[in-house]
Amino acid sequence: MSQITIRVELPAHLRRLACVGHEVNLEIDGEATQRSMLDALEARYPMLRGTIRDQITQQRRPFLRFFACEEDLSHEPPDAPLPHAVASGREPLIILGAIAGG
Amino acid sequence: MSKIRVLVGTHKGAFILTSDGKRKNWKVSGPHFAGWEVYHLKGSPVNPDRLYASQTSSWFGQVIQRSDDGRVTWEPVDNKFAYDGVPGTHQWYDGTPHPWEFKRVWHLEPSLTDPETVYAGAEDAALFRSTDGGKSWEELSGLRGHGSGPRWQPGAGGMCLHTVILDPSDPQRIFIAISAAGAFRTDDAGKTWRPINQGLHSQYIPDPTAEVGHCVHHIAMHPSRPGVLFMQKHWDVMRSDDAGDSWNEVSGNLPTDFGFAIDVHAHEPETIYVVPIKSDSEHYPIDGKLRVYRSRAGGNEWEPLTKGLPQQDCYVNVLRDAMSVDSLDSCGVYFGTTGGQVYISADAGDSWAPIVRDLPAVLSVEVQTMS
Repeated sequence: MSQITIRVELPAHLRRLACVGHEVNLEIDGEATQRSMLDALEARYPMLRGTIRDQITQQRRPFLRFFACEEDLSHEPPDAPLPHAVASGREPLIILGAIAGG
Repeated sequence: MSKIRVLVGTHKGAFILTSDGKRKNWKVSGPHFAGWEVYHLKGSPVNPDRLYASQTSSWFGQVIQRSDDGRVTWEPVDNKFAYDGVPGTHQWYDGTPHPWEFKRVWHLEPSLTDPETVYAGAEDAALFRSTDGGKSWEELSGLRGHGSGPRWQPGAGGMCLHTVILDPSDPQRIFIAISAAGAFRTDDAGKTWRPINQGLHSQYIPDPTAEVGHCVHHIAMHPSRPGVLFMQKHWDVMRSDDAGDSWNEVSGNLPTDFGFAIDVHAHEPETIYVVPIKSDSEHYPIDGKLRVYRSRAGGNEWEPLTKGLPQQDCYVNVLRDAMSVDSLDSCGVYFGTTGGQVYISADAGDSWAPIVRDLPAVLSVEVQTMS
């Protein structure tokens, strides 16, 4: 399968940790899924390992959510295909921190 | 001319306070890692510009940062803290078994001899070690594997390993403390551990003199006398003269012996400091008066130190890792509060002044004395 480019928006704290802007472009080999997106993100920005999904369990951190195309994708299986609009680069996948606490 | 660097971890970032040896005028750098909880920062004793910081967040988990230039630049290093083998369970608050889950690093203790080696005390309680400057971590699992592990239980702040003390006279010996399991010691560099809680009496647990289950808040040691330990327990200030094999209460005339912080004067091993806190349900000083208590007799006889500290309407707390000393000729004593003040006494506690007043809640204070 060919390489595709997807767009990912990171929350502010992770942008600062990775020293990147509002949005990053990621090259993905094969199908665009949450897992392949996170694999590509962590490979390119190793300092983000463990900040979005637990390094041991690979579970999404409970206070983070995945949104795209006005849909909450947080509870989709990690290997489910991302929406076509994300896989085609037309829409970003948004990683969002829950608004909780101070 | 000497230089002092105070490393302050807060609820919303790290701050670094620097001064010359006069300790009058201070520069404030920060916030570093703005918006994150920084539980602890500490420098290597053999390379003071090698700093380690524990940056953590309920949202984003754990990050370990390292600086090689004394805080100008930072580099995230490895943050994978994997328990060795099948983690098993400890007791939950209600007494039921609960799986061990890594949450954060409370304390970083750099080696006394090698800047690449650093220990990390974690919640849920475990001790990790890196020998490559934080690029990888391994658990010293003999501690958690001690047979009492399934009986350990979290304190109100979580089941945290918050104190790590390296014995300068014996590289094989390490002391650690866990809330609320108690104190432990290894004499073989971390392979095997044993509880050192004999003499502790904790009214709030089913067996008040149990081998484990004590809520030890902090332990301090003077490097010239590594066999003498001072402990602030949940309630009670304790002393051991045999490297923790037995403990005696030295609360003496303290107005309350609840508290978190305890430390030892840099040049007088019998001079110790605590900050009495009213109770476990009221985490602030008695009568709104912030008072450090000093004993010059290694405990039992205590004097309040009040000059320069607020003596009315003060309801802050001083947390377990938020007190430290410098090693200048006139020993400097420092502590931070949950109200965001960092105080210094440049005369061993006789008088105090704030370095800063309005930081986020202070979690930890460490001091580096550099020539």
